Amino acid sequence: MFPASVPTRLLAALGLVVSVTACSSTPATTSDAFSVWDPYPQFTAESEWAKTIDKCGTEAGVKIQRQAYDTTDLTSKVLLAAQQGTAPHVLVLDNPVVSTLAEAGVLKPNQDVGLDASQVSPNLAAAGVVNGQTYGTPIGANTLALYYNKAVLAAAGVDPASIKDWDSLTAALAKVKASGKKGITFSAIGTEEGTFQFLPWFWGAGASLTDLPSGKAALELWKSWLDNGYAPNSVVGNTQTTSWQEFATGEYAFTENGTWQLGNAKKAGFEYGVIPIPGRTGGTAPAPTGGEFVTVPAQSDKDAETKAGRVATCLTAPDKVLASDTALTYISAVPSVQQQQVSAQPELAVWVEAVKNAKGRTGDDLGTKYPKISQPLWGAVQAALTGAKTPEAALRDAQASAK
Amino acid sequence: MRSRLAGWAFLLPLVAYLAVCYAYPLFTNVDLSIRGYTVRSFVHGGAPLVGFDNYVTVFSDPTFRTALVNTVLFTLISLFCQYTIGLAAALFFARGFRLSATLRALFLVPWLLPLIVSASTWAWLLNSESGLVNAVLKGVGLDPVNWLTSPDWSLVAVTIANIWIGIPFNLVVLYSGLQNIPREVYEASALDGASGWQTFWHVTFPLLRPVSAITLLLGLVYTLKVFDIIWIMTKGGPSGSSTTLATWAYELGFGNMLPRFGPSAAVGNVLILIAVVAGLLYIRTQRRQELA
Repeated sequence: MFPASVPTRLLAALGLVVSVTACSSTPATTSDAFSVWDPYPQFTAESEWAKTIDKCGTEAGVKIQRQAYDTTDLTSKVLLAAQQGTAPHVLVLDNPVVSTLAEAGVLKPNQDVGLDASQVSPNLAAAGVVNGQTYGTPIGANTLALYYNKAVLAAAGVDPASIKDWDSLTAALAKVKASGKKGITFSAIGTEEGTFQFLPWFWGAGASLTDLPSGKAALELWKSWLDNGYAPNSVVGNTQTTSWQEFATGEYAFTENGTWQLGNAKKAGFEYGVIPIPGRTGGTAPAPTGGEFVTVPAQSDKDAETKAGRVATCLTAPDKVLASDTALTYISAVPSVQQQQVSAQPELAVWVEAVKNAKGRTGDDLGTKYPKISQPLWGAVQAALTGAKTPEAALRDAQASAK
Repeated sequence: MRSRLAGWAFLLPLVAYLAVCYAYPLFTNVDLSIRGYTVRSFVHGGAPLVGFDNYVTVFSDPTFRTALVNTVLFTLISLFCQYTIGLAAALFFARGFRLSATLRALFLVPWLLPLIVSASTWAWLLNSESGLVNAVLKGVGLDPVNWLTSPDWSLVAVTIANIWIGIPFNLVVLYSGLQNIPREVYEASALDGASGWQTFWHVTFPLLRPVSAITLLLGLVYTLKVFDIIWIMTKGGPSGSSTTLATWAYELGFGNMLPRFGPSAAVGNVLILIAVVAGLLYIRTQRRQELA
């Protein structure tokens, strides 16, 4: 009808097509930008951590673009990026994921990029060891211990120093309950967090992740706490954050929680203390290590990998790592820096001790087998605590599906 | 010839949009589900074709039965309650009284809230230890219920939350459906001496049928894919008792450090298939209605 306007319409239609396709493709990172991905969205561009990254970039002669993701998103984001050939140059990654990404060929071994993890404690570097090669260096470590509320324990007549093993801990919980307060809260949620929280008790019972039924005593301990009302039923759905919130009400004597809550503990408004998680018959139970590794993903450009190695080395250098670990409330992975931390903040001593006793989840040569064990394990914990199965049957079933 | 060309040019954006945003992702998902992906082959390519292995893995997993039954229960109960409560509210507001517009607007709040907010709020309300719901139960002398942490109650809890979120949608659509029913029909039925109940059952409900059908179909598709509410409130737990196909697909693909893309995509395709079947049923009944 209006032939003159046909070209205009064509143009408009084409324009639409172009804009549609433009919207659907993710903007590619420009090749000259040097990218660092980390799971610390809480740190803004003005934070000490962001400044450290910039400083390390300047030292290596590159301009760095930092990108912070939620830690649960990071693994799939990295896998997709690696598939598209746009992996970041330096990747800060939760330690149990390192072996998975190393086996996927996403990460470069340290020796290829000039990264050196020999200064860090071997029990912390272990999470990054796959087939004899080390991938990345821990930026710091956190682990679990028992926070206690001084007033609640005093009112119940419990001396925290008397808690040496499971029996004395359970006896303390009974006294707290008798005094009208609540005993202990922890997280037994059906995710990795649940396994993370269960492991100190599991390992404290002398059990091994390759033989789940050997941890029966630990699961029976948790179940008995729920049955006796020493622990609330809400632990089954608690994350470590929600169990902390329960503790922060001041009603609970204990919470099993991590180094990262130290900042919140000071704001809780009551006096708190920290004791290591006891083993079944005494001593300190090995708690799992948390915290991230600084790693170098594989690039098509060797030169970029070397530069990334330099940035990663700088980020984990003893003089830089103290500030980062303080900001994260982590314990450093380097023994000499740990000493500096303790002399600056004596209350960190118990955490340094806990980190020394801690164990990597993917250690013991488990590597990528760990996730296949961890998932049935948290399922077993949930099944036993909700009464769906006995602890023994739950762990036996979990062992069967862990293969 | 020229106008033909222009016609094609107009079609092009739509075709391109469908290809990029529907056909390609769908194809990728089917492709994912028939290959044996490991994390390595996901990154470097070369995952072997395994046919229906992933589907066999999924179907023979004991979780599949639980997830399927939960999905059916969750969807049907949600739909039934959302529709009946939504319809009741729509009839109530259709009478038009003072403040009815304001109240109707307030009813929309659940729909306007981000899901993370409403799901977290429900999780707090239903918390076994400190939740308001248990406090009320205790207040009236009933035993508290472990809404989110008991395998017998977790599905009930997430269903209640989902019903609450879905009512406004049903209310709005059914209310506008009611506005479209001609006044004269009501006047005629009043003259014939029909009671309120008779008017509803023989006039309102049949005339509302096309609107009801589309409301229920849209509701079905929304409810089948509900993920956020369940994931935020229970993570599908405890020990799988509130797992639906949608949360299971997510759990397989992203809930673990070692993603299992193949089985995850297979579960996703099963969900898509269920939604497509429902859509076809809708089209068939609609056609029959048009013919009648």
